[in-house]
Amino acid sequence: MNSIKFLYAAYIATWLIHGLYIGSLVRRYGRLRQQMKDLGRGK
Amino acid sequence: MRSFWSIALATLTKDIRLEWRSKDALNAMLFFSLLVVVIFVFSFDPLAEESRHIVGGLVWVAFLFAAVVALNQTWARELRNQVLDAYRVSPAPANALFLAKAIGNFILVSLLEALMAPLFVIFYNLRVLGPAWQLIPVALLGTWALVVNGTFFAAMSLRTRSRELMLPLLLFPVSIPAVISMVAATTSILTGDDPAHFYIVLLLSYDVVFSTACLALFETVLQAE
Amino acid sequence: MKRAFPILAVLTALLLVYAFYQALWVAPTDALQGEVYRIIYYHVPSAWTAFLLFFINFIASVQYLANARPSTARAARWIVIAIGIIGFVAPFIPQVKQQLPTGMYPSSVATTFLIITGLYFVIGKYFVDQDLDVLAVTTAEVGVVFCSIVLVTGPIWARPVWGIWWAPGDIRLTSTLVLWLIYVSYLVLRRFSDSAQTQKLAAVLAVFGALDVPLVYFSIWFFRTQHPQPVIGGGGSMDPRMLHVLLISWMAFLCFAFLVCWSRYRLEKLSREVEEAEALESLLEPAGLAGPSSAVKTPLSRGSK
Repeated sequence: MNSIKFLYAAYIATWLIHGLYIGSLVRRYGRLRQQMKDLGRGK
Repeated sequence: MRSFWSIALATLTKDIRLEWRSKDALNAMLFFSLLVVVIFVFSFDPLAEESRHIVGGLVWVAFLFAAVVALNQTWARELRNQVLDAYRVSPAPANALFLAKAIGNFILVSLLEALMAPLFVIFYNLRVLGPAWQLIPVALLGTWALVVNGTFFAAMSLRTRSRELMLPLLLFPVSIPAVISMVAATTSILTGDDPAHFYIVLLLSYDVVFSTACLALFETVLQAE
Repeated sequence: MKRAFPILAVLTALLLVYAFYQALWVAPTDALQGEVYRIIYYHVPSAWTAFLLFFINFIASVQYLANARPSTARAARWIVIAIGIIGFVAPFIPQVKQQLPTGMYPSSVATTFLIITGLYFVIGKYFVDQDLDVLAVTTAEVGVVFCSIVLVTGPIWARPVWGIWWAPGDIRLTSTLVLWLIYVSYLVLRRFSDSAQTQKLAAVLAVFGALDVPLVYFSIWFFRTQHPQPVIGGGGSMDPRMLHVLLISWMAFLCFAFLVCWSRYRLEKLSREVEEAEALESLLEPAGLAGPSSAVKTPLSRGSK
């Protein structure tokens, strides 16, 4: 029964990695939005 | 075709002559190779029963470190004196320069290996149980595998930040099949357990594939600076 | 096109939930491994997705390099067509048919080669010049993400089933590791290179990586014949019900990968436009021509799409 912990670990790890990547995409997009705003305002 | 070989030969002899005149870099590399061997001797007990099985790996890792040190300075002189710009505008085929550099590196790394190998034999009391002559094709093909890709990736690293770090970073993943083959072949020959033929053939294929790729794509890389 | 994204996202989420349900409750329990084997419903589709993404990166890189000149572009197209034709016909020739590993149908090999050729031309049609490079960086990054999942779930599966985290002779996992290393070095090269020709260098590296893969496979394969190892991936035929769930899972992850790639692609294109605009701005600033009230329209002042 201990082996079922590995099943949970694998599934959690998978979505953790996906989540981290998508999070980084969102962050990069936010930074880009900020840059665009700065450009629009004229530095 | 004749001009290709004459250009390559001229560049090669020039490099050798320049290196021979100031042997600083060469001496430093020789000493570094010696240090690597010594570190390995202290880290991996030569008296252990299993040492014959791991020496193949140790030897090639040591060779790999020495090769990276040698490869990192491949284009240093050219970079200092804007030779690459001159080459870009000249009608000379780019891969003649590449071949000269690769052969130069091959000679240099072989020299370093020739120093390190006897040291390993001495410190680890190596006796070759398999066909010893097969070590020669393994050494030649394996060294060329490291050097041909190393020279190419050294050129690719020229315009990157952390140039010296970039070279091994690019070289190691691509070299993995060659390293597996070199190490396994050397171990097979040392222990005499299995035949090394397949690995030698694989090394040959690796060398052919990547020599072709490097010669074909070097022009692209040269123009990319 | 942009409006389709939320709809597709919802559909993909539903598909993933359905696949999850199938994997955990509908698929039968494995006779030998128990419940733990269900990891394959995440492990294997991730692997197939990663390989597909890396393959698309390879095609994009080759096209990017070949399209530098019309002569090489033409030559590349003819070579791809030749590969397609030979690959389609060869599996049916008796001598070649014998060489195929057991379980591999000639028709599937033939179809694969057709798909390869088709992919080359489809990608060539819809992605031109810079877009090819954007596609390359997108597929490389998302491919590394999926590949990381393969490398993490693989040992997690191996430990309870075979008692070991890693077997050096395990050909699939080790080949995947090398592929991961190659593409991580690809991403590092892109990040560390400040040359105007980073894209060309990266494309060259992708070609080197692709050439390396079969050599990696053979070297590990021979190593394994000399040092027999447990086959972590599990060989042999599979219960059709399990295969069914596996394919559902793969479809779900493919859709998910598509959405992630699409997002990354848009992000990259936007990022390049911003860079161009910033460069233009810094050029025009001294002349006092920059700014929202200027007469010159920067690309972004058109308003975002």
